[in-house]
Amino acid sequence: MTSAVIRYLYLLLIIYLLSGISAFASESEKPQAGTVDSITFISPFYEDNERCFKCHGQKTYEYENENLERKVKALMFSERVIDRNKFYQSNHKSFSCTDCHSADYVKFPHPGELRMEQMYNCIDCHGGDEKFAQFNFEEIESEYQKSTHFQLEKEGFSCWECHGPHSYKLNIRNSSDLKETIIYDNNICLKCHSNYDQFQLLSDKDEINILQKHDWLPNQETHFKSVRCIECHSQINDTILVSHLILPVENAVQKCNECHSQNSILMSTLYKFQSKEQRKDGFLNGIILNQSYVIGANRNEYLNIISLLIFTVVVLIIGIHIYFRVTRK
Amino acid sequence: MYLYPIWVRLWHLFNAILIIVLIVTGVSMQYTDKPDTILMVGFARAVKWHNIAAVLLTVNYIFFVTGNMFTDNGRFYKIRKGNFTSDLWKQMKYYSVGMFKGEKHPFPVIPDRKFNPLQKLTYVLAMYVAFPLLIISGLGLLFPETVISRFLGISGMILTDILHITMGFFLSLFMVIHIYTCTLGARPTSLFKSILSGYHVSEDH
Repeated sequence: MTSAVIRYLYLLLIIYLLSGISAFASESEKPQAGTVDSITFISPFYEDNERCFKCHGQKTYEYENENLERKVKALMFSERVIDRNKFYQSNHKSFSCTDCHSADYVKFPHPGELRMEQMYNCIDCHGGDEKFAQFNFEEIESEYQKSTHFQLEKEGFSCWECHGPHSYKLNIRNSSDLKETIIYDNNICLKCHSNYDQFQLLSDKDEINILQKHDWLPNQETHFKSVRCIECHSQINDTILVSHLILPVENAVQKCNECHSQNSILMSTLYKFQSKEQRKDGFLNGIILNQSYVIGANRNEYLNIISLLIFTVVVLIIGIHIYFRVTRK
Repeated sequence: MYLYPIWVRLWHLFNAILIIVLIVTGVSMQYTDKPDTILMVGFARAVKWHNIAAVLLTVNYIFFVTGNMFTDNGRFYKIRKGNFTSDLWKQMKYYSVGMFKGEKHPFPVIPDRKFNPLQKLTYVLAMYVAFPLLIISGLGLLFPETVISRFLGISGMILTDILHITMGFFLSLFMVIHIYTCTLGARPTSLFKSILSGYHVSEDH
């Protein structure tokens, strides 16, 4: 009687599991709640900057047309729209617009020749400044000049293609959530590499389908969520935190062992910052394990020794047993 | 004596092949630093074959449990309290001392007693404790999004990983001992022949 009930329950369990597997296969990913940043910073130039943001802070702007003698509302070119919130959270939040842009912009309509104004690059302000010595901007600049981006498009490419001056913020140094840093950093690449309109501005090449190009990569989605593009597409440099020497595609890392091993390159790239600060807890590459799980890169040294000991003891016992079987026959 | 029905032999054969594939590929993934060592498989291939073999092993395991539920083969895996501990002791004494003195097997194989007490205990531990834990933790590693991210302050993946490799290690150890004890039949090869033919040759011939 009881065994019949157990058998019946077991059958139910199997049916339940099978239906669970099919439901799991078809389940679509639930959207994750976005993080909400509260802006506490108040810029000393807030009022000054508002003169610009009044028009450039949203998609439409209004002005008094003296010829028509009426107010005109027009669309702002999307490239000229600056998100206030992002700006006041960015690394350059304490700047006045006219620190970098000509003071003549306060005139409206803006004088035409201002469009040709020379823009600063990172090194123009940050180079040779002791305050920024820890970032080693000189090395970043020299790496960048060796990168495939600069080599292929010396004229068109600049720091700003990747680091939006109005929104850029230091990420991996301040990150408590590596997953978010990975998304932030990968979006920098995807801005052009998944948007052909942007890509065309700097290259005459045909459109590249990133998903197809990475078809060879097992568990593609997990990889894209867990590592940054630059882990494989740039050359490691020990003197700067984030490598800026983006390599030509044929030099990209393609061997699994480069990351999935005791000498994982992730320790010198993605986990470089934390690896300097955290201890191991008996785990080889414990930092990797604390953040995510990289098969082959982390092993517990104690478990390794214990398992080897147990195995040796078992083999010894079998050996002794064989000896007695042979001699006492 | 016909002891191993065809479904048990087929299950056992598949289980053996899959376990060997899983051990080789599993060790290859764990010790990727030595890709050129004998029997080591390249990482990408190891991951692929480990996943394929694991899914097949899970199906094979469900087949085994179902078979034990719905045929009388399941009775060999039921431990009844009674004299179990003392029987276990008797069996261990036989393996470590008795058999060298020419003593008779304390629990010879009969149609109603396929396993000796020690065998029964290890088989139950392997099939009904280690296997489910191995499969559940393995599914967790295959679908990392299903694993809880933190448990008592430790990463859920660490715990799942440790559970998986520990069970994998114990089952590998079980396999080594299992193969060795299978040389303890009437002749060193007779038990291997039995699991292929289904017929058991008595030790006391």
